[in-house]
Amino acid sequence: MPDIIKFSGLTKRYGAACVLDDASLLLVGGRVHALMGENGAGKSTLIKMIAGVLRPDQMTARKNGQDLALRSQADAMAAGFRFIHQEMNIVPQLSVAENILLGLPTPTRWGGLVDWPEMARRAANALHQLGAPALNMRRAAGSLSPVERMLVKLAAAFVSHEGAQAPCLYVLDEPTAVLSQTEAEALFAVIARLKSQGAAILYVSHRLNEVMQICDDVTVLRNGRAVMTAPLANTSKDDIILAMTGRAVDDAFPPRPKPVVWDFGDDVICSAQYVATKSLSDLNFTLRAGEILGIGGLAAAGQTALLRLFLGLERPHKGMAKLMRTAVPQSPSAAWARGVAYIPQERRTEGLMMAMGTRPNAMLPHYKGIFARLRNERVQTADLTARLGITAAGPEQPVWQLSGGNQQKVIFARALAQPPRLLLLDDPTRGVDVGAKYEIYSLIRALSAKGCAVLLASSDLPELLGLSDRILVLQSGRQTGILKTDGLEPSDLLRAFYAAQPAAKSLISELI
Amino acid sequence: MIPVLRHLGTLIGLLVIMLFFAAQLPDTFLTPRNLINISQQIAMLAVVAFTMTVVMVMNDFDLSVGSTASLAGIVAAVLFAMGVPIWVGVGAALAAGILGGLINGALVAFLGILPFVATLGTLTIFSGLAFFISGGETIFGRDIPKPFAEFARSGVPLDGVGLEGAQLPYLTIVAIATLALVWVTLEHTVFGRKLYAIGGNTEAARLAGIDVARARLAAFAITGFGAAVAGLMYASRVASANPTQGAGLMLDAIAAVFLGMTMGKQGEPRVLATLVGVLILGILDNGLTQMQVDSYVREMLVGSIVIAAVAISSLGRRA
Repeated sequence: MPDIIKFSGLTKRYGAACVLDDASLLLVGGRVHALMGENGAGKSTLIKMIAGVLRPDQMTARKNGQDLALRSQADAMAAGFRFIHQEMNIVPQLSVAENILLGLPTPTRWGGLVDWPEMARRAANALHQLGAPALNMRRAAGSLSPVERMLVKLAAAFVSHEGAQAPCLYVLDEPTAVLSQTEAEALFAVIARLKSQGAAILYVSHRLNEVMQICDDVTVLRNGRAVMTAPLANTSKDDIILAMTGRAVDDAFPPRPKPVVWDFGDDVICSAQYVATKSLSDLNFTLRAGEILGIGGLAAAGQTALLRLFLGLERPHKGMAKLMRTAVPQSPSAAWARGVAYIPQERRTEGLMMAMGTRPNAMLPHYKGIFARLRNERVQTADLTARLGITAAGPEQPVWQLSGGNQQKVIFARALAQPPRLLLLDDPTRGVDVGAKYEIYSLIRALSAKGCAVLLASSDLPELLGLSDRILVLQSGRQTGILKTDGLEPSDLLRAFYAAQPAAKSLISELI
Repeated sequence: MIPVLRHLGTLIGLLVIMLFFAAQLPDTFLTPRNLINISQQIAMLAVVAFTMTVVMVMNDFDLSVGSTASLAGIVAAVLFAMGVPIWVGVGAALAAGILGGLINGALVAFLGILPFVATLGTLTIFSGLAFFISGGETIFGRDIPKPFAEFARSGVPLDGVGLEGAQLPYLTIVAIATLALVWVTLEHTVFGRKLYAIGGNTEAARLAGIDVARARLAAFAITGFGAAVAGLMYASRVASANPTQGAGLMLDAIAAVFLGMTMGKQGEPRVLATLVGVLILGILDNGLTQMQVDSYVREMLVGSIVIAAVAISSLGRRA
């Protein structure tokens, strides 16, 4: 009799925004259940809730008809749930055995000294139960290959206190994101083994091919709702893509204003011919003034690297990459000096000086001469604050006190303080509420109408489709095509992301 | 009450210390002569602490300032002993300081070594170099030119402001000039703004087009220069140079900046706040010496005050 684990009424709100809305999930022992959805659909919120990390507004969890309380990570552990996250958090300095038993009390002997043989025995036992090859328990975990690390991590999830009940549910969050194909196959073998031992598996992934290969059932989340739950046996890829994206792009995007693209003539801002760098290859495109070129692909397909090529942080070692007809800049300072503005993905770590105000944050790249001109800066900041609608108690209020949307606008103020020739956007509306999103879209549109070229990387499909003129598709750093957005459906785009290489001919417009 | 204590606690502490000594030493403490004396005693520490503030704005450190000061004194004295003109000896000492700073800056900025480790290494190297150049001996007496030694003992007469016979020492004037220069640099130049931005978020500053490596290099050069200036002041004051005489400056300078940082709105170093830190350390030193308190007790007291000030300010920040 397989275990039946049922979550229902999963709801989580942040203020007015509903991240999860009465979603439910039914997991059965011995079956692999895929959880899919676009970024922001609520997948990670759902996982955090069943892991006891995030307090739900509402949730019922039942195992074989009995209610489970999941108020803490310890509760989730006691219920037999195990979580394996994308980043493999091993401690490289510690031995394999220590890593596997990290979450548990260390076995001791002789009044408090570590019982190494016992540790090795328990850790080896955990690896053995996975069907994994034996590892030297005393090796430093840092010297392991990615597959071995994954096995250690899985084993760490597998072990429990001696005598405790065996785990009944494994949750794997994008486990293959950092693995190669062969490494992924090794993982799938472990999953098959866990499955045969009767555990339920919740497999979270963006990778449709993988899901079709190893999963038995699928649940698709969209805007916090479970819009589809079905066995994969009678479900097609297209069904899933349709469920993930809904229908068409909604009208959340400001229309492209007149002066149309080509009014700026043939003013080429960026160009790449057969460019390859450490993490990119086959780049072939031109970007003209006033044009918005989207960069799409699965998570971490090289979007940030492509932006950073024009910021002087990626060195082309093949081909010809140019910014305004000369070689790409060698450093960010050279890039800004040549009219490039960059909006990074992580605004806290890469964007803002959190303890400083709007003024220093916005003015930073535009300092000139020897002496600072405070009055001038204040005037300019006041102007930018008004133009962008930044709500702050003054130009010196530390930005950590501002809302996410306002913080993002401060970074835009930095880019706009001197009108840029090229704007590099890396997920420009991540963690920004709907109202601020629309304002940011309007800003991008307005800049582009004035002749600024825009490279837009975004994990938000509607955003990519709604703003871009064309979309460059990346697969593991390789350019596989450029699509015109006119008449393009989200499902077409996703299909291009997932397409086996080389991408289907019919979807690719002529390279320019 | 708490926010006031947070930002002004250290300043209040300074006033309390001054009142305490004024009450304990009514005849000698708050006299013009003693205050002038204090200003001269703390001048070297002040110069090092002010220029140390420049690197600490970026969250960096320079542990090598004490060795750099000793080395600068030795370089000047050895050249004096060889009979070169004063300006050549002084110029060479200052150049050595700047060079030492540039080495620190290059290690940190281009090789990416943590400032703590890089300057711990150069601390030892510069100190060894000072011993090597001097042969481990103190250079004094006839080898030190009179005008050089005179500099520290003279000053601008204060007869005009009603202090007959008193002088504002040149050493004090050097410290005040350093304060003014560092203040203008940090608060009113583009360079200073960039340093604060780097301290606020190095990666963000780099992505926003700040040449972080160049700024670091320049900042460390300034700190090295300041250390050399202090080393020369010291050599002039004692009319001699030995390879360890700057050693005590580093810990006090860092302590002074930390005391000052407790007054920053976001805990950032400001050079005027560093001045308060320098005054606390200098006045404690002066007052306790006059009260004939044992110097070991003084050290324990100074350490406790630094910890207490930082603890109060971090408690306040958490609230």
